[in-house]
Amino acid sequence: MPAPTPEAAPMQGLVASAHQTAGPYWHLVDFPEWADTTRHFAGNLPPGERIVLTGRVTDGSGAPVADAMVEIWHADPKGEYPDPNGPAEEFQGYGRCATKADGSFRFVTLKPGPVPLGDRARANSRQAPHVALAIFARGLLQHLCTRLYFEGEALNETDPVLGAVPPERRGTLVARQVEPGTWNLDLRLQGEGETVWMAV
Amino acid sequence: MSETVPGYRRPGLLTQPPYNAPDYGSTRLRHPQQELLRLPHTLTETSAPRFSPQRYPARADLTVQADGSAAMGERIIVAGRVLDEDGRPVRNTMVEVWQANAAGRYNHPGDDHDAPLDPNFQGMGRVFTDAEGWYRFVTIRPGAYPWRNHKDAWRPNHIHYSVFGAGFAQRMITQMYFPGDPLLALDPIFHATPDEAARNRLISKFDLELTQPEWALGYRFDIVLRGREATPMEDNH
Ligand SMILES: [Fe+2]
Repeated sequence: MPAPTPEAAPMQGLVASAHQTAGPYWHLVDFPEWADTTRHFAGNLPPGERIVLTGRVTDGSGAPVADAMVEIWHADPKGEYPDPNGPAEEFQGYGRCATKADGSFRFVTLKPGPVPLGDRARANSRQAPHVALAIFARGLLQHLCTRLYFEGEALNETDPVLGAVPPERRGTLVARQVEPGTWNLDLRLQGEGETVWMAV
Repeated sequence: MSETVPGYRRPGLLTQPPYNAPDYGSTRLRHPQQELLRLPHTLTETSAPRFSPQRYPARADLTVQADGSAAMGERIIVAGRVLDEDGRPVRNTMVEVWQANAAGRYNHPGDDHDAPLDPNFQGMGRVFTDAEGWYRFVTIRPGAYPWRNHKDAWRPNHIHYSVFGAGFAQRMITQMYFPGDPLLALDPIFHATPDEAARNRLISKFDLELTQPEWALGYRFDIVLRGREATPMEDNH
């Protein structure tokens, strides 16, 4: 029987490294194809609805944020995340997109299903379908995080995160279907209509 | 609302930069004015994308082109470990780096600094940590470059890092600096992190162990990602 791999002795007292801005030249790691999470699955996409996610990022003056890196992370259509020990080739709801001159971004992906809440007391409860959004840019010393929800989902009514947002600001998290299969959510970094940003 | 899965520990006081940093002008119109909503960690935050080297090929030597042409400047070796706050190695995680060339110029259409581009230096790398959390790449020591934040504003030499970790709540982008750089004392981005020890951990260490004799000097830069909470925590939010 092979000996178990020894685990390195944990060192106590390490502190997470400080974040720093991605700056204006992060596009050296921009790969536009990453905005399409379905790109590896020409003929054999997992079952589910292919959707487009769009939006515009604006600053406190309403001007477009034209140099941002937007990232998405979400579950698959069954509401599952990839198994950390499974094949790395399965579907992953991760994408990266650079905003254009007008502050816009556009992703192609599969609509996520409801994710289990993981709360033992409410074993069957599920979160409303959602997409984690992260914005990196010049002027952001840490990335800004929020979630995108889908208008009209019944589970939106009981989702604990949406429920923690004051009703008058909830709309900043809920994407609207602007044409069949295309969902739009604009992101405001600061000021009137400011997106509900989250401490993750 | 209760935490639903063991989440990640929240950052220590003053060990992370704020969104609103008046000395860094670009934060003025880009920082949220409303208080952030504290998000309990769920599977969305504790899972993360995986990047297979088959689909995301590594580029561990930034100094040589495919045709063998060599970049200009001082070749250096940069290596270190990616760990979590409990000292556990973060294995098989993708580390992306990007930087200016030896003259302080980015190979980027937005960079109009009057310094030469190097056709043999793109300034982008991608490596993966091993089972002990180690990564290593070979590059050119980046030059300082001016920016327009204030009079005589020059960024200290730095390499940008992007790291994913095992949970999307560990996702981070940071910068590695060099020891002894006189510009560090003047840099509002470096100084935005209030805690001095936290700032100084962003400065790499010159390391003879990593140095390759008669070839390149070595610099050590470790990255620490957030550690996991031991048990789900209750809170009143
Ligand atoms: Fe930079």
